[in-house]
Amino acid sequence: MSNTVVPTKTYLAIFVALMALLAITVGVAYVDLGGLNLAVAMGIAIAKAALIVSFFMHLRYGRKLTWVFAGAGFFWLAIMLVLTMGDYATRS
Amino acid sequence: MLEQTPAHAHQFETLEQQREADTLGMWTFLATEVLFFGGLIMCYTFARFSYPQAFEAASHRLYVAYGGPNTAILLCSSFTMALAVRAAQLGGRKATTALLAVTALFGAGFLVVKGFEYHTDYVEELVPRFRFHWEGPDAAHAELFFWLYFVLTGLHALHVTIGIVILTIVAILSWRGKITAEKYVTTEIVGLYWHFVDIVWVFLFPLLYLIGHR
Amino acid sequence: MKNARGTYLDEHSVSSWLLTTDHKRIGILYLISIVVYFGVAAVAAALMRINLLTPQGGLVLPATYNKLFTLHGVLMVWFFLIPSIPAVLGNFVIPMMIGARDVAFPKLNLLSWYLFNLGGACALYAVVWGGVDTGWTFYTPYSTTYANGHVVTMIMGVFIAGFGSILTGLNFLITIHKMRAPGMTWFRLPLFIWSLYSTSVILVLATPVLAITLLAIAVERLWGVGIFDPNLGGDPVLFQHMFWFYSHPAVYIMILPGMGVVSEVIPCFSRKRIFGYHFVAFSSLAIAVVGFFVWGHHMFVSSESIYAAMVFSILSFIVAVPSAIKVFNWTATLYKGSVSYDTPMLYAFGFIGLFTIGGLTGLFLAAIAVDVHLHDTYFIVAHFHYIMVGGMVLSFMGGLHYWWPKISGRMYPEAMGRIAAIVTFIGFNLTFFPQFLLGYLGQPRRYHAYPPEFQVFHVLSTAGATILGVGYLLPLLYFLWSIKYGARAPANPWNATGLEWQTASPPPSENFEQIPIVTAEPYDYHPEAEEEPQPEPQHA
Repeated sequence: MSNTVVPTKTYLAIFVALMALLAITVGVAYVDLGGLNLAVAMGIAIAKAALIVSFFMHLRYGRKLTWVFAGAGFFWLAIMLVLTMGDYATRS
Repeated sequence: MLEQTPAHAHQFETLEQQREADTLGMWTFLATEVLFFGGLIMCYTFARFSYPQAFEAASHRLYVAYGGPNTAILLCSSFTMALAVRAAQLGGRKATTALLAVTALFGAGFLVVKGFEYHTDYVEELVPRFRFHWEGPDAAHAELFFWLYFVLTGLHALHVTIGIVILTIVAILSWRGKITAEKYVTTEIVGLYWHFVDIVWVFLFPLLYLIGHR
Repeated sequence: MKNARGTYLDEHSVSSWLLTTDHKRIGILYLISIVVYFGVAAVAAALMRINLLTPQGGLVLPATYNKLFTLHGVLMVWFFLIPSIPAVLGNFVIPMMIGARDVAFPKLNLLSWYLFNLGGACALYAVVWGGVDTGWTFYTPYSTTYANGHVVTMIMGVFIAGFGSILTGLNFLITIHKMRAPGMTWFRLPLFIWSLYSTSVILVLATPVLAITLLAIAVERLWGVGIFDPNLGGDPVLFQHMFWFYSHPAVYIMILPGMGVVSEVIPCFSRKRIFGYHFVAFSSLAIAVVGFFVWGHHMFVSSESIYAAMVFSILSFIVAVPSAIKVFNWTATLYKGSVSYDTPMLYAFGFIGLFTIGGLTGLFLAAIAVDVHLHDTYFIVAHFHYIMVGGMVLSFMGGLHYWWPKISGRMYPEAMGRIAAIVTFIGFNLTFFPQFLLGYLGQPRRYHAYPPEFQVFHVLSTAGATILGVGYLLPLLYFLWSIKYGARAPANPWNATGLEWQTASPPPSENFEQIPIVTAEPYDYHPEAEEEPQPEPQHA
């Protein structure tokens, strides 16, 4: 974990991006996109999370090992979701 | 026992090693939290997949006027948290203390809004089993949505509360000059926790408030 | 007990134990705790086995019988098996094995012990105040809606203890990543470390899911509605998915450390480098990862979709492969080795044989068509006891004997050790082999009474349990005896490789005078040579 000091400007830019994404996600919710509403909402949430993790949580400036630790939780959650929903989705 | 510098704990050889261990330790804890909340997300996924219309109808009874601003408040708090860590790295005692305090205040603001929102939910009879009334079909499935809503946001609010307590403690430590540039890692790991709590809400907001379209 | 520089056991005050942050003392604190919980759970087992001597039961009320098997399962799984090797032997040995002074977070280590016992106190309270009869698996809707016992209290006990085990896993992961001595590269680590690393991955990723699942039951019980409630459109089987998502990997939490012990003992007592070090190391990781993909094999008869069942079935066959690889490697290590039959080695032999039987019977159960007949019968009970007792408990005993000189500075009496190992082996097989037959013949599990034609098997099983009890009691007695009267142990009584043997028995508080620099490969044994080349000796 390198002791990188991130410039305030960078943090500010990320903050502005996050607020913009918030505005978009709220706005899109008032438009009928059918099944895409879920995809867009999740996509924006993932983008926000990625910005927070990379910049605010300094993952971008950290070691590869930290990336593995950071990703492990989500990967394992995906296993639980996919295999369980695999059961529900294939019941007749 | 001779130590190279007195700044690091005895089981470590260098301060850098301790910093890396502390940070990695917090990331590990956050992985456990992902799976902790993830279990409820599993429940949510099953229920929404099973009852999409009921969930959409139920979701529309939540107010974006509460959820949206609350999301903005937490995003602001993440911004100030990141700045607080930066201030600690640079050894600025007053800036660090002030930014930590502001972050905690944003957190408290989130809880205040949440409190008003829960009150509204109660008044509008959306509390499962205690005060629940649903017009229209799928009342049972709508009630299931609200069970998930209260458990998810309740668990999240508990984490926010714990975060506020920790932030306050660290702010006091900072005020007393205990958070030097050498020891900035304390703010780093508190920051990791706080950002995680923000990320959970970043997902809860669309999952609970923005199902389908309004 | 004192040598010139003092050992970690020197301080005798109560607060020096209860407020210790020394990983070695914490290991001993855990040892005492788990022996207590094991004792309570063993008494429950004894009562069950005595009740089962006659077909109509009769020793206890049927409702009490249900509380006994629940108590036995909860205490054995969460308060004995899961902490046993990791929290006792792992805590004691890991820092020394990697050349560190302590774990990464010593205070969290102490906290984990307190959480563990706080949870245990809740569980025992639930037992004393009337018990729980849901089975250790807490299946819904019985546990959420219909059970009358102290379910929430019991769940809270497991929930709190679970955080203790998460902290242990977290501590080990960071310790192994960040605190290895200079020169201790990943592939110079003893395989015990690889096993405990893999165990820690599971502890950290699986336990939180158990925590939230139990919390969901408690919320549903207290609030009156929940996600498992069919009245709301919830699904009781969703509980099973979430519960087994944790509980299947949990069985690997239990067995991987045991495999780690065997990987240490076999090379030492064959005086031979382990065969296929990399295979064994990667197999540990493979078991930890693939073990997360197989939980649905507990749910073949729970209305799981047939397609999901087939996927889980195939994956369950696949997960057996890394375990089999380990058994082959241990066996190959013995070949042309100079084998001696010290107590730890006897337990390791027992492990290999009994774990193999347990694992193979697991493959029978992974076949859906077979499982439909054997599910919820005594066959399952026998299968998991072969792994948990025949595998796990034997390896715990083996490890305890192997590291006892290091922990206590004393030798246990070797003749008694061998006798106890053999008595345990005989008692175990007599207890549990008849249960395979019982299950195959159709006797369901968790029944307090049964048709008369099954009695002979139950009588054999209870007789075996009595012998097994003797096998457990003997080490308890002679270990305690050895603390005061055992021969003083040298630093390396087994002439083993590994950094923990380079420091005194018992070790000083800081483990090493100077952190060693590692240059040797692991398991540098030579059966032909009289003396093995040792790494750079340190001042003890």
